Amino acid sequence: MAKHQIRVKVQGTERAAEVESRLLLVHFLREVLGLTGTHIGCDTTHCGACTVLLDGQPVKSCTVLAVQADGREVTTVEGLEQDGKLHPIQEGFWQEHGLQCGYCTPGMLMTGYALLQANPDPSEAEIRQAISGNLCRCTGYVNIVKAVRYAAGKLRPNPA
Amino acid sequence: MIPAQFDYHAPRTLDEALALLAEHRDDAKVLSGGQSLLPLLKLRLGSAGHLVDIGRIPGLDYIKEEGGWLRIGGRTREAELERSPLIRDKYPLLADTAAVIADPLVRNLATVGGNLAHGDPANDHPATMLALRAEVVATGPRGARTIPIDQFFTGLFATALEPDEILTEIRIPQPPPGSGGAYEKLERKVGDFATAAAAAQVTLDKSGAVAQAGIALTNVGPTPVRAAEAERYLTGKQPSAEAIAEAARLAAAAAAPSADRRGKIEYKREMARVLTARALRRAVLRAKER
Repeated sequence: MAKHQIRVKVQGTERAAEVESRLLLVHFLREVLGLTGTHIGCDTTHCGACTVLLDGQPVKSCTVLAVQADGREVTTVEGLEQDGKLHPIQEGFWQEHGLQCGYCTPGMLMTGYALLQANPDPSEAEIRQAISGNLCRCTGYVNIVKAVRYAAGKLRPNPA
Repeated sequence: MIPAQFDYHAPRTLDEALALLAEHRDDAKVLSGGQSLLPLLKLRLGSAGHLVDIGRIPGLDYIKEEGGWLRIGGRTREAELERSPLIRDKYPLLADTAAVIADPLVRNLATVGGNLAHGDPANDHPATMLALRAEVVATGPRGARTIPIDQFFTGLFATALEPDEILTEIRIPQPPPGSGGAYEKLERKVGDFATAAAAAQVTLDKSGAVAQAGIALTNVGPTPVRAAEAERYLTGKQPSAEAIAEAARLAAAAAAPSADRRGKIEYKREMARVLTARALRRAVLRAKER
């Protein structure tokens, strides 16, 4: 069956591969590119563990075809850390104990990151609304919300 | 889960897309946001030999008022509808609806046209568009035609779209002054389909009486349900608590739900009544503010 040559910018670096039409973006990331930070949870568009940014917007990568990402930009959890330094959203999850088992964490991080890009100072309600498509089975939502708020505080320019 | 084999096409123009659909007809599916289609293919509840991705065709996503109509491009993302100041300001029924479709991540990809063209009575926009008396523009090899929303949903997962047509636009008559709408959805959790939901759109005349009413229900029948009797009953009346209660009762009587994990028939019908009353109350309040 048909194969397609695709080029996807992943964390800013162009990656090319030949893929089947039916290959899901999450499988492309994990199996073709070896970026296993993105988790597969429910695999049915519910849980959000597989959340990545597609052209800057958080989406469920189990419900996107790799071929749909051709010519577009993808950021995964591996793209958050810069020069060995955790992104404030990652630091927030660490400091505020925003994870227990860690399974939902990559998705939560990507959704939290995208929220802060769009809204640098979200209220608790706005954070809860933003992560309503990401399920945490440890039910650690209180600390996840704190973690996002921690990151918002870190990202805010300090009033000198 | 991995879908069965199919071929993928990424046309750059509408004509190219239409040619592909004409060539493959029943063996082709239009891929818009993919948030219903891809799960269907992954679960192997549906199949297609060819997916025609309309995601790279320019000019299919817009929200604008023109010539007395609100025009929404078929591939407009739900997230864009949710964020649009025009929608928030003038079309509260649409704003309510966009905010409760699936979840925010799904809404970043899901499209308004896809929500209708999928023909799923559990989707939220069908009832919304019935209440707003929308029209759907279908573009095919013979050009574009307009389908009144009442003729669009022909059965469970079935619509009036031909296999070689693409839903390119939704048109909603611009509401006159004194109009308001609301959507009330009961869901077990964020992202679930509605147990039941009600869309209401009303226009009040100068005396405060209902000049026009649109009432429709989600997921309580094989197709979205227009509560025509409730609309007729309410028209010309003051929207008093009693009149709203009777309209809600009539709307519930129009529901034909089936029992499933979300509840029994009696429960869903009762929820349709309660949600219709709530939607009407909020629609009237909003109409009075304008």
